[in-house]
Amino acid sequence: MTQPIFAYIAHKNGVADDSALELIVAAKKIDPSASVTAIVCGNGAELDSVCTAMSAVYPDVWKVSNPALAYPNAEVIRGVLVNLLPASAVTLVPHDTFGMDLSPGLSIKLNAAFVSDVVGIEGVDGAVLKAVRQEFGGQVSTHIHCDMASGVVLNIRSGAFLADDSKASGAVTDKSGQAGDCKAKRRFIEVVAAEVGDVDITKSDVLVSVGRGIEEQDNIAIAQELADTIGAVVSCSRPIVDAKWLEKARQVGTSGKTVKPKVYIALGISGSFQHLGGLKGNPFIVAINKNPKAPIFQVADIGVVLDLLEFVPELTEKIKEMK
Amino acid sequence: MEILVCVKRVPDTAENEIVVNGKGTDIERGDLVYSVNEWDNYAVEEAIQIRDRVGGTVTVVTVGDGDSEEILRREMAMGADKGILLSDDAFNGSDGKGVATILKSEIAKGKYDLILTGAQADDGAAQVGGMLAAMLDMPYASLVNKIETGSGNTIKIGREIEGGNQEMSEIDLPCVLSIQTGINEPRYVGIRGIRKVASVEIPVHGAGDLGVAAGSVGAAGAKVKRVDYFIPPAGEGAEILEGSSDEIAEKLIELLKSKGGIK
Repeated sequence: MTQPIFAYIAHKNGVADDSALELIVAAKKIDPSASVTAIVCGNGAELDSVCTAMSAVYPDVWKVSNPALAYPNAEVIRGVLVNLLPASAVTLVPHDTFGMDLSPGLSIKLNAAFVSDVVGIEGVDGAVLKAVRQEFGGQVSTHIHCDMASGVVLNIRSGAFLADDSKASGAVTDKSGQAGDCKAKRRFIEVVAAEVGDVDITKSDVLVSVGRGIEEQDNIAIAQELADTIGAVVSCSRPIVDAKWLEKARQVGTSGKTVKPKVYIALGISGSFQHLGGLKGNPFIVAINKNPKAPIFQVADIGVVLDLLEFVPELTEKIKEMK
Repeated sequence: MEILVCVKRVPDTAENEIVVNGKGTDIERGDLVYSVNEWDNYAVEEAIQIRDRVGGTVTVVTVGDGDSEEILRREMAMGADKGILLSDDAFNGSDGKGVATILKSEIAKGKYDLILTGAQADDGAAQVGGMLAAMLDMPYASLVNKIETGSGNTIKIGREIEGGNQEMSEIDLPCVLSIQTGINEPRYVGIRGIRKVASVEIPVHGAGDLGVAAGSVGAAGAKVKRVDYFIPPAGEGAEILEGSSDEIAEKLIELLKSKGGIK
C-alpha cells in the first residue's frame, strides 16, 4: 500500500494517552510494513516529553507547537491537520470525546472517507478498507467496506486493538511552521470538574449497579436493599443518571467514574462499551438481565437470565435469612 | 433564534431485542417498535426551551421515508413549530456524508442561527453533525450538555468529556451542536398533543427540490458501505446459572461469598 498512515496522539499533562500504543497496532493491520507517523500537537515542555516518548514507538514523529494548542480544541487541530496531511492520507484518531469532536469534520475538509468507532480491521483490498463496527449499542456487528482512494479518517475504539511491543528510534520533526493561524470560532474557556457525590463508588469493593432494566425510579430501592444486605454501594449506568434517578457521581462509564471493585453485580445493564470502559481491574462480574442477548453476558463471569424485579428481592431475602 | 433540529426514526433498543436476519443482510425489522432517536429527543427539548426563552422558531427535519413523518409529528406535538421531510428514492443507501449533504442542501434554503443534532443514533457513528458543520463552514461542538444563550452573537456551551467533567467554551453563531442525553428532561407527549398536529401539512423535499447532485448521495455516492450484519462469535461469555430461581439464588450466594461479594 502506498498511502501514508498517520496517528493522532492524544496526551495530557505531558503523558501520551493509552490509545497512542493502540493506534500503531491498528495501523499495522491496514499495512504491516507501514512506516506510521505520529502527530503530536501541544505546547511547551509537556509537548516535548510526549514527542520523546513517542519517538520510542513510532518511526516518525511530527511535533506541532503553538500556544493555541495548549488545550486540544478540535477546530484548531483540524486546521493544523488539514495543513499538514498529504493527499490520500490514512489518519487514525482515538474514538474518545476529542476524536468524536474532530474527525467527522476533518474527513470533510480532507475530502476523505470516515469510519467511526472501528473495533476491527480485516485488511485492504486495492483501495477498499475492510473494517468492523458495532451498531445498536453493541447488540450487532457489521462489516464495513470503505473506499479510501482519496484518504480516510478512522476513529479507533479504545481497547479494541491491544498494545504490542512496537519499538522504534524515531526522529522528531518540528512542523510548527506549517500549523497555520490556529484561530477558531469556538474558544475554550475552562474544564469544570465533575461534582463530588455523597458516596464515592470508586472506594467500594462491591458494587450493585443498576441500568435501564430497573424500569422505574421506585425500583432502585430493590438494588439498595441488596446493597445494604451485602455491604455494597449502589452505582449505575448512564440512562439512570439521564433520568435523574441517581446522581452523576454514581455513574460507571467513560463519561462517569472509573471503578475497580472486586465484585460487580450488574442489574438490568445491557453493557455498552462506554459503560464497560469505566470498569477496570478485572472484577468478578455477575449480570442479571432478562434479555439473554445483552452484551453484558459476553464479559460477565456469571449470568442470570431472569427478571431482576422478581429475582433480586428473592435473592436479598435469602441472604438475610442466611445471616 | 431560528433553530433547526435534525432527527431520525430508529428502532427503539429499549423496547426491542435486535436480531440479525437469516442472510445477514439486515436486522429483523418486522416486529420492531420505532421511535425518535433518544439523543434527538433531548435536542428538540433543548431547542424548544431556548425558543421559549429568547423567541424564534424550532423546525425539525429528517431524512427518511414516508414512515418518518410520524416522528416529525411527535416532535411537533412536543412543541416544534414546523416539520420538513427530506425523502427521495435517490437518498437510499446514503452514508453519513450523504445524509449530511442532503441536510446541508435543505439548510442552504433557509437561515438558521442554531442547528442541533443528537450526539449519535442507532449506528453509533456520531458523525452527521460534525460533517454538516464542516460543509457549512460553521463551528461545531459535539456531546453538548449545556447551552447558555446570551444577547450577543455567541453562546456558551458545555461538552461532556471523560470522567464526567465538563468542557466550557464560547462558540460563534451560527453553529452546529450535537446534543448529549441528560442535558434536560424531555417533556411527555400525550396522544392529545399528537392529535393536535395530525393535520398540519409537512412539506416533502426530494433531490430535485434540494438541487442535490445524483452522484453525491445515495448508494452511488457512498464511500462507506455496510456489507452485512453479524453476531460476533461468542467468546467465553458468562456461565449462565440454570434451575429454579430458588436454586439460582443459592448458587449465586455461594459464588458471591467465595469472591468476597457478601460482607
